[in-house]
Amino acid sequence: MAARRPVQVGILAAAVVAAQVAASASGKGFFLTQLTMSAYYTLAVLGLSLLMGYAGQISLGQAGFFAIGGYTSAVLTTLDLSRHRGNAIVAVLARAHLLLPRPDLYGGEVLSVAPWCAFLLAVLLGAVVAASLGVPVLRLRGHYLAMATLAFGTIVSSIAVGTQALGAADGISGVPPFVLLPGLRVGGGAADRIQNYYLAWGMVAVATLLLLNLVHSRTGRALGAIHGAEDAARAMGVDAGRLKLKTFVLSGVLATVAGVFLTHYNGGIGPSEASVMKSVRYVAIVAVGGMGSLWGTLSASAVLNFLSLRGYFGSYDDAVFGAILVLVMLFSPDGILQADLRSLAARLGAGRRAPGEEA
Amino acid sequence: MTIELFLQYLVAGLTYGSIYAVVAIGFNIIYNATGIINFAQGEFVMLGGMIAVSLERVVPLPAAVLGAVAATAAVGALVEVTFIRWLSKPSVLRLIVITIGVAILLREAALATWGEGVRSLPYFTGNEVTSLSLGGVHVSPQVLWVLGTTAVTVAFLSLFFGHTLLGWEMRACASNRDAAALCGIPTRNLVTLSFVLSAAIGALAGCVVSPITYTSYAAGGALAIKGFTVAILGGLGNSAGAVAAGLALGVLESLSVSALPTAYKDVVTLTILLAILFVRPSGLFAGREASRLKEF
Repeated sequence: MAARRPVQVGILAAAVVAAQVAASASGKGFFLTQLTMSAYYTLAVLGLSLLMGYAGQISLGQAGFFAIGGYTSAVLTTLDLSRHRGNAIVAVLARAHLLLPRPDLYGGEVLSVAPWCAFLLAVLLGAVVAASLGVPVLRLRGHYLAMATLAFGTIVSSIAVGTQALGAADGISGVPPFVLLPGLRVGGGAADRIQNYYLAWGMVAVATLLLLNLVHSRTGRALGAIHGAEDAARAMGVDAGRLKLKTFVLSGVLATVAGVFLTHYNGGIGPSEASVMKSVRYVAIVAVGGMGSLWGTLSASAVLNFLSLRGYFGSYDDAVFGAILVLVMLFSPDGILQADLRSLAARLGAGRRAPGEEA
Repeated sequence: MTIELFLQYLVAGLTYGSIYAVVAIGFNIIYNATGIINFAQGEFVMLGGMIAVSLERVVPLPAAVLGAVAATAAVGALVEVTFIRWLSKPSVLRLIVITIGVAILLREAALATWGEGVRSLPYFTGNEVTSLSLGGVHVSPQVLWVLGTTAVTVAFLSLFFGHTLLGWEMRACASNRDAAALCGIPTRNLVTLSFVLSAAIGALAGCVVSPITYTSYAAGGALAIKGFTVAILGGLGNSAGAVAAGLALGVLESLSVSALPTAYKDVVTLTILLAILFVRPSGLFAGREASRLKEF
């Protein structure tokens, strides 16, 4: 596998560059906006792919972590502390550049938390929530784990919809751009479109490489053993509980980071990002890409998210993802890119039982 | 809180709670027969209510309810035959994902058929302002319909599983599927029957509660998760436990509304679910051993 990796990265880089050149040359630069958004969703999906495909743990709460990232960063960077300038703590924070002043719509000045500081706090919060949820939740298996993560996702979603401070049904808008380096900022301005596109896909590429390294390491093999037979893995001395927890936290943090960046890119976040349907959509994409195939998940996510964001599925958006989920799980539970078409045809021809089904 | 107000909350809680209990029993019937948690259980309740509302425009109310129950039972059978029956030894993960997908498809089909509007059946007796006074508490006759229907459903199921051959066969299938098959019991058909039965009682619950709670295409998800909470609380597979747990959760939720914003009502339930899963996944009423015994 490792020998093929430079080739795969090369293909990804070529595809990313080709898409940009084609979009810009044909005057459809706006495609890049949706492709950038797809990249951030892909980041969240990659985390889930690690958790589902390699550790064998389902999570129906991935959108919850995405929302924790997005909302934390949105709240902190739109908060106005300028009236509290006299306060000693506010003054110290402002002098340490943890608070940044910026002009508001009416020419006044807003003093809010610096985006990088909000980013770190969001990631910290995401990690703490993932760890404290993961400790009890990961002792559960099967249905119980699915329901517990679903409950977590629903709680985050209900809080997002029901809390006035989070903008309730309207969400939060007016989130400022995130200046990473002078001249490089995460924001929705048309002038920044191309650099944001490369930044987003660069992050996806880096995350994929890191996850691949993890998967092909000692840790990855231990994860595979847990997936195959948890009791056997424990008997061989694998600390299953700890590994599952680390994977869960890593997966949650990836979604949190994705949430922060997409919120800065879009300039806001709404409660639909926290909805359970979003979590189910992430699961559907992992299923299409193939459990245990990061490249498959990446490709499926890029394509499906782009089509969905461009509105090709119309008002049947959720129905499309539901149908995809059911069809993939019925006919090719290892993902369509892994589908063995010949055996599928044989199975359909023979009518019923296929040998060697997953037990 | 005055005693009258408390009783008022109590009655409201029991009404919702009995519906959660019926959804939980639906979970249990399928779980006992197959080991599957059917994530589309709440959609059966939603379908029952929605179909009855449509039928009620052309036929009398009792016929509309019967028709809705029959149609939803048919949907239950269709779901099992199309999506579950022909899989051989599917993994739990695969079944979870399939039933979630089915839930989404049913919900989206309901959205395409009936739109986003909120609907309800007329009150079975009287109208929305009719109320009976029971010891100072004002109770809508519909509340009695809901509680009565729940009681009749539970009684019917215990008769069915305790005193009919078909019920015995389903219990045999639940306790050991291979042994049941060796005795000549058609286990595959009984699995289909479990989906039919659980869709039918879900639809019935959806009809009787519809005048009080209203129903819309999206109503299924919340019901499913609460029904599951109740099923776990009562001990998965244990229907007597489900009734007790359902009523308890309904009352707790109703009382929480008096203290917290309504928007957080679901958060209370779900926090209870998480706490139960973390502390006592075998349920409140069962010992660890007893929870292994699958009984209806």
